[in-house]
Amino acid sequence: MTTTTIKARSQGREATRPRGRAAWFVLPATALLLVFFFYPIATIVWRSLTEPDAGFGNYTALLHDGLSVKVLVRTLVTALIVAATTLVIAYPYAYAMTKVRPRTRAVLTVIVLLPFWTSLMARNFAWYMLEQRGGPIERFLGLIGFDGVVLLGTVAGVTVAMVQVMLPFMVLPLYSAMEQIDPRLLDAAGSLGAPRWRAFGRVYVPLSVPGMLSGFSLVFIMTLGFYITPALLGSPQNSLISQVISERVSKLLDFGGAGALGTVLLGVTLLVLFIVSRFGGPARALGGAVTHD
Amino acid sequence: MTEATETREREPVKAQRDGGIGWGLRTAVGLTALLLIAPTVVVIPMSFSGATTFEFPPKSWSLRWYKSFFGSEKWMYALLTSVQIGLLVAVAATILGVAVALGLTRSRFRGRGAVRQLMMAPMIMPGIVVAIAIYGVFIRWQLNGTAIGFVIAHTVLALPFVVTAVSTSLAGYDRTQDIAAATLGATAWTTFFRITVPQVLPGVLSGFAFAFVTSLDEVVVALFLQTPDIQTLPVQMYNSITLEIDPTIAAASSVMVVATTLVLLVPQLVRRERRTR
Repeated sequence: MTTTTIKARSQGREATRPRGRAAWFVLPATALLLVFFFYPIATIVWRSLTEPDAGFGNYTALLHDGLSVKVLVRTLVTALIVAATTLVIAYPYAYAMTKVRPRTRAVLTVIVLLPFWTSLMARNFAWYMLEQRGGPIERFLGLIGFDGVVLLGTVAGVTVAMVQVMLPFMVLPLYSAMEQIDPRLLDAAGSLGAPRWRAFGRVYVPLSVPGMLSGFSLVFIMTLGFYITPALLGSPQNSLISQVISERVSKLLDFGGAGALGTVLLGVTLLVLFIVSRFGGPARALGGAVTHD
Repeated sequence: MTEATETREREPVKAQRDGGIGWGLRTAVGLTALLLIAPTVVVIPMSFSGATTFEFPPKSWSLRWYKSFFGSEKWMYALLTSVQIGLLVAVAATILGVAVALGLTRSRFRGRGAVRQLMMAPMIMPGIVVAIAIYGVFIRWQLNGTAIGFVIAHTVLALPFVVTAVSTSLAGYDRTQDIAAATLGATAWTTFFRITVPQVLPGVLSGFAFAFVTSLDEVVVALFLQTPDIQTLPVQMYNSITLEIDPTIAAASSVMVVATTLVLLVPQLVRRERRTR
């Protein structure tokens, strides 16, 4: 008995020794990211300050070109609407996921995850078909008395599609937060005389705030930088920031101007991440998203 | 611990007594599920359309778009390019990602938290900024429109998924098993291959699948890196909506939906098989 314990302990110590060596394993990937991810992003910021001339010319130009500020505001508003809408839609769904039997929960999880992973292009194409002139959505709206409403090419059309694309990013963090809530707290609130709706509003909802926060920030950030949906379903007349950035790079090779817009976008992203990191952080939410595969 | 298990066990009973969830919530869940699934699924009937427009629902049916997809050199070349790049990305990202996950879970070193966050960054940074950033340096390094350029860019984007999937399965791995194996006389290698690998394999497999699908599905960076000589399937799909209005995209979309679903379900099935065995 004692000999095995001692042996096990010494083996245990041996097992801990190579732990230090495993640290080197992170090097290749770190090097890859530094060269092919962080360096490129740094050059974008750098070029925004140096091309064509050194200084803040690109940034003052953004303020005065009459378009960029409008586009930026439109993008921020759209991202807020998308994040708020997904929150409202995803909350009951995630709540139900914690309440149903395991088998039903598995089905609900697959329903969230499959579109999450199935072809973004296919989904955007589907929205293109649904929203086009003469498409199902226009006909449906016609039936209920809104004649001639075509979503394709409008901010509303982009918003609807983005909500669908972003839903899983809201459901998963919400679910992982709600899963942690002890249902007995609601019983306790009930036994203290709170009606069910008040117990829900005063106990359950506040406890789910971390999930709401990570989901909201995640969707907000991802919507800001989203390109495919606005490019396919939006229009140049009411473009979002990603369209303007792409246009400047691919048509004009204006890395300075596009870089300035990109840097603003990065700044907003980092600001949101910083604010949220004080309450838990979207990295954790993403971890949750992939853990629940 | 026992209390928690007790509530877990009691809960379904209570849920059944309450009739599960109320009809209001049930309706909300149903509608949300419909919103999640429907737009992905409508491409399938569309792909059997007989019309030459994006008219939906189709008035006539045919297999012409599948013929057009599988018979077109352009589409097949795009598909082949995507699969080749995807496989290379999956291999590269899995090797690098497993190494990172091992490094992060099996050692404590300064800057560990920073490395973890660094690995997640490609997931969170705005897609369009990442795309123009990579495009900008790839023009200078002449990696634009090269297969290796695509592989590098997609590996960067796929890494976070592999790291998360593998870290999760390593975190659940009980290391006293290694010690137990060692006390029974197993060498470090035997322990690794007979004890560690079988348990971590499902995580690695899902990492591989996620990486493959990430690359297969990636559009934004690919749109910038494309040249007439090298186009991935999503890029060809994008062009077929914006430039050509070519309904072959419906067949391509259906193939993609079915293929990615299969790729992602396989690791799940492997896992289930193991569990039941």
